[in-house]
Amino acid sequence: MHLVPTRAAATRLGASCEPRGRERNWGGGARACCSLRLQFRGQLGARPLPPCKVYVRSPLAVRRLLRPGARGALLPGKGGCKAAGLPGALRGGQCPASYLVNACWHCRLSAMSQLELKRNKVLEARFVADEDVLKHISDNGGVKVRKDRAQLALNIKRFVKKLENISDDDEAQEILEEQNYVAVLGACAEDSLRNGSSAGGGEIYSFQTPKRSGKMAELASELAQTPGKNVTFESSQYPEKPASTPQSNKKYSASNKAQLKSKKNEFVSTTPYRLRKRLSAPSLRSDSESDYSASCSEEEEEEDKDHKETSDVILDQKTPSKTRAAPASKKTPAKKLKEEMTSNLVEEYFEAHSSSKVLTSDRTLQKLQKRKLDQQTLLVLLNKAPPAFTAELKELNQQHESLFSKWMLQLHLGFSIVLYGLGSKRDLLEKFRTSLLQDSVHLVVNGFFPSITVRSILNSITEEVLDHVGTFRSPLDQLDLIMKRFKEVWDQAKQSLYNWLWYETTTFSPYLEETSYENSLLVQQSGSLALSSLTHVLHSLTPNARGIFRLLAQYHLENKDNPSYPGLSFQDFYQRCREAFLVNSDLTLRAQLTEFRDHKLIRTKRGTDGVEYLLIPVDNGTLTDFLEKEDEDM
Amino acid sequence: GAETQDSKPCHPYLKPKPERLTDYFSQGKNDSEDSGLRFASCQLLWKQINSETEKIQEELNKQLFDNLIRFLRQSHSEFQTKTTEWMCRMKSSEIPTAALVLGVNVTDHDVTFKSLSEVLQDNVTPYVVSLQAKECPGIKHLLQKLMGQLMDCYVDADSSEEEECVNISQKKIRCSMASLSKWYENVTKKTGSETPSKKRTSSSRHWQSPPVVVIFKDMEIISSQHIHEFPLVLIFGIATSPMIIHRLLPHSVSSLLCIELFQSLSCKEHLATVIDKLLLTTQFPFKLSEKVLQVLINIFLYHDFSVQNFIKGFQLSIVEHFYSQPLSVLCCQLLEAKKRVTSLSHNQCENIRSLPSFRRYVESQVSEKQIALLTEDSFLKEVTQTLLEDLHIYHENYFTVLRCLHVFTTSLPKYPLGKQIRELHCACLGKSVWETEEYESAIQLLRMLAKDELVAILQKCAEIFISPSGKQFSNTVEKLEEFLARFQNLEAEANEVQDVSVSSQKELQKKTDLYHLQKTLLALKESKRSKKLTKFEMLRFEVVDFIDSLVRSYLAPAEMQTLNEVVYFNTANTLREHLNAAPRIALHTALNNPYCYLKNQTLKSDVGCISNTAPDICIVYKLHLECGRLINLVDWLEAFSTVVTAVEGTDPEAVATDQVDEIIHARFIRAVSELELLGFIKPSKQKTDHVARLTWGGC
Repeated sequence: MHLVPTRAAATRLGASCEPRGRERNWGGGARACCSLRLQFRGQLGARPLPPCKVYVRSPLAVRRLLRPGARGALLPGKGGCKAAGLPGALRGGQCPASYLVNACWHCRLSAMSQLELKRNKVLEARFVADEDVLKHISDNGGVKVRKDRAQLALNIKRFVKKLENISDDDEAQEILEEQNYVAVLGACAEDSLRNGSSAGGGEIYSFQTPKRSGKMAELASELAQTPGKNVTFESSQYPEKPASTPQSNKKYSASNKAQLKSKKNEFVSTTPYRLRKRLSAPSLRSDSESDYSASCSEEEEEEDKDHKETSDVILDQKTPSKTRAAPASKKTPAKKLKEEMTSNLVEEYFEAHSSSKVLTSDRTLQKLQKRKLDQQTLLVLLNKAPPAFTAELKELNQQHESLFSKWMLQLHLGFSIVLYGLGSKRDLLEKFRTSLLQDSVHLVVNGFFPSITVRSILNSITEEVLDHVGTFRSPLDQLDLIMKRFKEVWDQAKQSLYNWLWYETTTFSPYLEETSYENSLLVQQSGSLALSSLTHVLHSLTPNARGIFRLLAQYHLENKDNPSYPGLSFQDFYQRCREAFLVNSDLTLRAQLTEFRDHKLIRTKRGTDGVEYLLIPVDNGTLTDFLEKEDEDM
Repeated sequence: GAETQDSKPCHPYLKPKPERLTDYFSQGKNDSEDSGLRFASCQLLWKQINSETEKIQEELNKQLFDNLIRFLRQSHSEFQTKTTEWMCRMKSSEIPTAALVLGVNVTDHDVTFKSLSEVLQDNVTPYVVSLQAKECPGIKHLLQKLMGQLMDCYVDADSSEEEECVNISQKKIRCSMASLSKWYENVTKKTGSETPSKKRTSSSRHWQSPPVVVIFKDMEIISSQHIHEFPLVLIFGIATSPMIIHRLLPHSVSSLLCIELFQSLSCKEHLATVIDKLLLTTQFPFKLSEKVLQVLINIFLYHDFSVQNFIKGFQLSIVEHFYSQPLSVLCCQLLEAKKRVTSLSHNQCENIRSLPSFRRYVESQVSEKQIALLTEDSFLKEVTQTLLEDLHIYHENYFTVLRCLHVFTTSLPKYPLGKQIRELHCACLGKSVWETEEYESAIQLLRMLAKDELVAILQKCAEIFISPSGKQFSNTVEKLEEFLARFQNLEAEANEVQDVSVSSQKELQKKTDLYHLQKTLLALKESKRSKKLTKFEMLRFEVVDFIDSLVRSYLAPAEMQTLNEVVYFNTANTLREHLNAAPRIALHTALNNPYCYLKNQTLKSDVGCISNTAPDICIVYKLHLECGRLINLVDWLEAFSTVVTAVEGTDPEAVATDQVDEIIHARFIRAVSELELLGFIKPSKQKTDHVARLTWGGC
């Protein structure tokens, strides 16, 4: 039942955790605000739900919140009901049960997205502090315990008592609050010598506005214009670049306000939905964007509705007034906007991820007419590229290298070392190895190998380091042996703990080796590697086997334009092979295919009719090249 | 080497050769003064501390283990007697089970279990099997493991006599409960005459991982049938609550278990003891500064609840201190330190002179002495000796007064200075505690303590002051005793005061008229306001003032002490970086603001912006932040080349030429692959030539 809420968890939820004991600044407008404390008492199972607080800013909002139909007690808070002129009927008013569940139970996130949905800022949810949540949880646990008592053979009293102790302790723990935590542990970024920019955990991947894809081009030209080393181009040439992008982006990059306004409908139809959504949300980005927001908020509202109703069940509490105030938001103070933004962004995150629509341009690399690069050419080309910041990189590396002997010491004292930071650490480690580890037994494990497994690491320890012959039933047995052998080197306690020490070694070195093994998505996924492996494998086979593969490859290429080509069925294939005098029995062919499959030359797939189909998982270009080459050889 | 190394995932290098640790200690450090000595004292200190922690652990576990052992002995006493009593036990066929509630600090459990099985092996039975959830993915593995460990135990127990028998059975045996019981019969038959009291305990630990459920379910169903053949005792280790047994095991299984609960000490108490024994004592010369201690405690409270890790952190700070502070050579027992002072080199003397605390000290001296301190090494050494002694005395006093103050503050409502002594310790270490608001409010609250409470606290304090080498505190003890005596005397006087109040009370009761009542009430109020403080209140003030004076004179912050740098480790930053690193922040900073690492002026830019001369990966990263869930590679590439060509200042016409384009293309590919390796993007099949972004938001 320990559920220690962490700051990290809160950030994950996107909750804006206010420091406790401080009221929100309501931004004293001309309108008198009333602050009410609603004490909800609902029923959750057999016990009353713990009260939750919701601060409401105007009577209107209260009315909206407390629709007739549910139960609830309204207690006057600081402002007092009467002062606010709240209708008496509301005081015994009713509130939807879902608020209860959301606001104080489980998940603050949903409470936020719901309550703050009321965009005109009439309603603010005050979030339950960590301690309160904890209390609820432990309370509830206790109750459950009591309920289940009859069934239990255990001494439950003791358990309940323990739970109480826990919550007591937690109260005592309040003294070490989050502030404290941030001050002591989270302050890393601020006062660590190099990390000048104060990147707190929240700032890194906070729920911030996702940007439209077209923005990239814009930013690119923006970046291009920032003062650099020797920038000698005229800015007027730049709009041409983005303008060359196809339709959807085109309208975008020609960021002419007037034009946009006149072609509003068109704009709506072509711009990504999310983008419009974002623009309509009060934004601090730039003036031009606020202009957009005013212009397209209506359309947005409509689509908004359909979208939400279909995709988001949580949002069923939506009121019609929700988006009405969006255009007006320009006038409100920035601070408030910021508060709002967080909640909207949380919403947007889920919206963006719930829709399967893809809102990027349709351009493909194929149309770019760019020759695909293979690994080798890539390397050659990269070598031509001028290296940047060599002096600085060298200095950085020297800093790290000065720590070598310290690492060695700590390694000997039973700690393990983790290096982190941007950039390849391979060279650094290699240097460490050659300079300090020459005299000791050590094992280099290249973790970036795609095929690496625990077993292969352990095997290389036992077989090559310990000269052990034989296999093991399980990795754990193997581990036992290793431990036994090393007993004189390590002691028991140190074996069980890694004692990681973290060292930041940002090097900015390119991850050359590492990425070369990555089966990279990209462009360089070229045929040449595949082709060489193809020829290599096939040359080691018998002529018959090669013939079999050729047959399949030819059939494959014949059908390359057929999009519904399922592959060659085994029976057909067998027929063809027989006819070509390549095999004489079903079994020989199967054995041959197994070999192909082991070399990943073919893939089998079962069709809907249960028939086995054979496919070659190599792209057509490579296959053509291969066949041509084969023909030459013959 | 590079080629062979790259072609294989693992590449071993074999060239063993003995080496000397001290070399690493001295290497790479400019001021390698006395490194050998420093290393030796570091090792010695750690050894002492380690043994101390082990001792603490042992003591803390003692009670628990004793209870467990008693339970185990009892559980199968029937089996030994083999009477009808035992028969009825058999009918119910319940397996005696001890449920060990250990708390959430899972990392520490290993040690606990290890010592537990050792204790059991020594005291109860040689047949102890300890199983871990992760070791037993299936029932088969579990039984194998069980058998294996049992056989090993067996060999250990009587290796000389029956090795042959074991060898036969070890591998061939079909791993089942049936064979297990057969084996047991076999063993007991042979060894029966010698050790009839042998019992078997299989202590299995499992944490809340669902796959274990299956294992135990099966096992218990089977084993219940065999319970009459061999005595089996289960021990479960439980992290959360005993309820979990019932949730994990179906009723049919749990009904076969006869569960008894054992509660281990909470990790917080454990930590408190460790801090008390390691930090709040003059036994060890090494001390942690406030910030370092805060870091360690916070890691404990917010991350793992592991005392083991706390101690590891402590070890790291010891190593760091001795490694980085050349003067740490003086961080040893006082007598030894004094001896070492005399043999300090000139460089070390200069090191002393450059200590901030020592400079403060020098400035407070008269000018002749200042000169002498700064020029004469021998004089400096003399002074250093006395200063070290002062520091030692300061610590002795500090801890005593700290405990005394803690007794006071724990009695206060809401604990303004913290409930635990460690919080008070932190408060006092960092700054002058009497200047803080919390202290102020604590004193205010102390002035309102009731008499019996105050007396009790004073008695406790007196005990604290008497117990250690209380030569400095004889005066204090006298004073405290005097206070206690005066409180005693107050008893008699108190009666008079009571009389007065009683009379006024009576008066109140007499009046029934509203007007008169009001009048008397007002009068009462008036009298109260003007009334002098009672004797008790006077005395209370005196006591509180006395405590206040103690605090002010003895609980000065450690940083103010001269030569505190010798024994205090205060680079909390290092510790935090190494123990609680923030790799994501480092990555983020490197990508967003490369200037932090590459000190090149062209990279300097405003917050949120990035120079276009930045490394490729930074530009690509920055561009990708502008995208939503999916990124079009073509757009990305185009944007990238726009930025890069702008930097190179190539004529836009020339951009079209293949050569430049190819290189940029290659650079782009590299940068994107790097981002993929770092886990920012992944290939997506939703649309051709698109990649999916794995982070949300940004910039």
